[in-house]
Amino acid sequence: MVTELNADTAGEGAIPATLPIWKSLEDVSERLADTNYVPDDQIASVIYLADRLAKPILCEGPAGVGKTELAKSVAAASGRRFIRLQCYEGLDEAKALYEWNYKKQLLRIQADQAKDHEWNEIEDSIFNEDFLLTRPLLEAIWSPEPVVLLIDEVDRVEIETEALLLEVLSDFQVSIPEFGTLRARSQPTVLLTSNNTRELSEALKRRCLYLHIKYPDIDRERAIIQARVPEADEALADQVARIAHSIRSLDLKKAPSISETIDWARTLLLLGVKKIDAVTAKSTLNVLLKYQSDIEKAERELEIE
Amino acid sequence: MSITDTEYKDALLRTGEGMQKTLLAFVDELRLVGVPVSISEVLDALSSLSHIPLSDRTAFKASLGATMVKNAAHYAAFDAAFEIFFAIKPFESVEGSQTDELEESMKEDSDLSDFLQSGEQPGPGGGAGDTDVQALLESIFEALLNDNESEIRSGARQAVTVFASMEPGRPVGGTYYLYRTLRGVHVENLARRLREAGRKEHVGGGDGDAAKPGDGISALEERLLREDVDRRLEKFKSEVKDEIRRRLVDDRGAEAVAKTTRKPLLEEVDFMHATSVEMAELRSMINPLARRLQARLAMRRRHRNRGRLDVRKTMRESLSSGGVPLYPRYKHPRPSKPELWIVCDISGSVASFARFTLQFIYAIQLQFSKVRSFVFIDEVDEVTDFFKTDDLGKALQRINNEANVVWIDGHSDYGNAFTRFYQRYGDQVTKKSSVIITGDARNNYHSSEAEVIAELADHSRHLFWLNPEPTAYWDTGDSIVSEYGTHCEGVHEVRNLKQLEVFVESLVDH
Repeated sequence: MVTELNADTAGEGAIPATLPIWKSLEDVSERLADTNYVPDDQIASVIYLADRLAKPILCEGPAGVGKTELAKSVAAASGRRFIRLQCYEGLDEAKALYEWNYKKQLLRIQADQAKDHEWNEIEDSIFNEDFLLTRPLLEAIWSPEPVVLLIDEVDRVEIETEALLLEVLSDFQVSIPEFGTLRARSQPTVLLTSNNTRELSEALKRRCLYLHIKYPDIDRERAIIQARVPEADEALADQVARIAHSIRSLDLKKAPSISETIDWARTLLLLGVKKIDAVTAKSTLNVLLKYQSDIEKAERELEIE
Repeated sequence: MSITDTEYKDALLRTGEGMQKTLLAFVDELRLVGVPVSISEVLDALSSLSHIPLSDRTAFKASLGATMVKNAAHYAAFDAAFEIFFAIKPFESVEGSQTDELEESMKEDSDLSDFLQSGEQPGPGGGAGDTDVQALLESIFEALLNDNESEIRSGARQAVTVFASMEPGRPVGGTYYLYRTLRGVHVENLARRLREAGRKEHVGGGDGDAAKPGDGISALEERLLREDVDRRLEKFKSEVKDEIRRRLVDDRGAEAVAKTTRKPLLEEVDFMHATSVEMAELRSMINPLARRLQARLAMRRRHRNRGRLDVRKTMRESLSSGGVPLYPRYKHPRPSKPELWIVCDISGSVASFARFTLQFIYAIQLQFSKVRSFVFIDEVDEVTDFFKTDDLGKALQRINNEANVVWIDGHSDYGNAFTRFYQRYGDQVTKKSSVIITGDARNNYHSSEAEVIAELADHSRHLFWLNPEPTAYWDTGDSIVSEYGTHCEGVHEVRNLKQLEVFVESLVDH
C-alpha cells in the first residue's frame, strides 16, 4: 500500500537537516527588529536556542503580550511559511492532522457504480492523495521547505489531543492506516502558546523550551510603540508607555495589552494630540480598557476624573 | 557591564569542569525549593550551554531558565538561586569594621517596608569621613537623576562598602545589611530630592521654590513622576541587594547562603504566617488563579456528559453527506449550579485566611447560582450585600468596619455564633445549599453546641469545614475541630493557595 506519496521522502533515514536560521544571538534581535518585533534579551536567547537545539518553544504569558506575534515575526524574519493551528476544545485528529474527504469519496463511489469496477480498484482510487485533506500539523511536516508552525492556545485541547501533538512533533511521522506512513520532509520551527488555563502534561513541558513573556518594561514598550506607530514622536510614545505601565500596576479586571497601547497611540495620533493631559486621557481611556469598572478605577487613580 | 561580564567569564574559566558541579548543586537547590527539574532537562541545559557565549550572562541565565523551569510561578525561586550560585565576584572584598551592638540584636527578618516609609534617622557612617559620605550620596543622587545604570551600580557598591559594615563570618542575614545600607543613604531623602528635581524639569526653568504638587504640574504628571522615582530607587535597591548577596556568597559559599535565603514557593506559603509582602503578592495571585479555574471548570462542564442525541441537528448535518449521518450531534445539558453559603471566623489569627477564602469564592461566583457570606467571632452577621460591588478590596474593608461580630468580649465563641446563625438563617438552608465553614475551631473553652452543626448538616446539601491549621495541631489545646468535624462531610486542611484551589475545584464538582 505504499504509494508514490512517500516515495520521495529521504528513505528510512532522519529528516533532511535544515540549516540554522540564525547566525548569532544578535542576529535574532536584529532580524526580529526588522519585522517590527522588539524582542528582549530573554526572548532572543530562547528563540536562538530553540533553533540550535531543534526543540519546540512553549510560550506563556498574559493575553496580548505578543505571543502569537512572536511566531509570525519569526516566520517573517526567517522567510519561512507560517502555518497556524488554532486549538479549541474538541479539536481532534481530523482537524489537526488529516481527514479523508468523505463527501468527495461518496461521489466517486457513486460515479464508479455506473461502470463495473472491482472493489479493490475502487478502494485504491478513493484512498489517495486527491481525497486527503491535510490539516496544519501534517502540512507543517509534509512541506518540502521548513515552515514555522504555531500551535495556538494549546491548553484548550484535551489531554488526548495533546498527546497526539506530542507524538507527531517528536516522531515526525504520521501513520495513515489506509495508506502507509508519511515521513516528515522537513523539520518545522514550532511554537506553542498557552494561557495556562490548565496544567499541560509533564511530557510536553519536558520536551519544550519554556518562555514566559511578561508585560514589557517602559523602555521596551516605548520601542514597540515607535516600531509599530512610526509617526508618533518619542515624547508621545514615552508618555503612552508610562501611563500604560502605571495603569497595569492597578488591580484591574483586564490590564491593557500591548496591542491596546498601540491602538491608543494611534488614536492619540489621529486626534492630533502632542501631549497627553487629563482631558484627552479621560476621553480616550476606553481604547485601553474594556470594562467600565476598570475605566472608573483608572480615572480615579490617575486623578483625571 | 563589561567589568562584570569579564569577571564572570574568568570565574567560569577558573572553575573549568567545576561548572558542571556548580550546575548540579544549583539543580539540587531548585529541587529543594520545590521546582521539579528532570534529568533530561538538566541534560538539555548542559547541551544548550554549548550554543551560547558563556560570557553573556543574560543568555546564560535565559538558557538555564528555558530548559529547566517550565512554570512561570517557579521563576522567582529560579532567579534567587541563580543569583546565588552564579554570583559575580563582589566589587570589593568584605572589610572589617566596628559593630553596632544595638543593631546586632535586630531581627533578621524585620519588615523593611516599615522602615522605608518612616524614613530617615541618621546612621553611623561605617568609619568613612563625613565629606566622603556626602560626596558618595551626591554621586548616587546624580546617577539616579540621570538614570545611568552603570553609575547606579557603582554607587550601590560603594554604599554597601561604606554603610553595611559587613564582616566575614558574622551570622546575620542579608536583610540586616540591606537595612543598614538603605538607612545610610537616606532613601526617603533621595526620593524627595528626585521628585523635586523632576517637578522643576516639568515646570520648565521656573524658580525651584515654587515646585509643589498641583503647582504647574498636573496630578497625572505627578503620579507618573512619582512612579518614575520609585522605579529608579527600586533599581538602586536591587543593586544593593545584589552586591550584598555577592559578598555573602563570597564569604560563606553558595550553598550556605541559599540555605538561609530559601523561601517556599508562593503557592505554598502558609496563610497564617505570611509576611505583609507575601500577603500582597498572594492577594494579587488570587484573581488570575480564579479566572483560570473558572475557564477550566466551564470547559469541563461542557464536556462531561455530552447529553442526549440531538436528532434535529444530526439530520441537518447529514444533508451535506447525502443523508448519511456521519457526525452525530448532541444536546448540551444545563448543569445545575449549587448555592453556596460561606461562614467565616474572622477573629485574629485566622482573619487573613477568611479574607482569602472570601476573595477566591467571590472571584468565581459565576460558578454558583447564589453566594451568601457570613462572618463571626462570638456573634454572627451576614455580609453578602458588601460584595455587591466590583471592588473586592472595598468589600473586605467594610467587613472590618461594619460587620457586627462581637457579642461579649470579641473572643471566638463558635458555639454561640453557630446557635445564632441557625436561629436566624437556619430555615433558609435547603437541600440546594452547600455550606462551608472556615476557622481553626479554637473555641476558648466555650461550649461547642455541636448539635447545631449536626442539624445544619441534615438540612444542607453539603457541609465542609476548612481549617487553616496544620493537621497535627487539630484538637490540641482549645481546638475542638473534631467535635464539629464528625458532622461535616469533610474537614480539610487549607493552609496555602494550592490547597485552597484544589478544594474550590472539588467543590464545584460536588
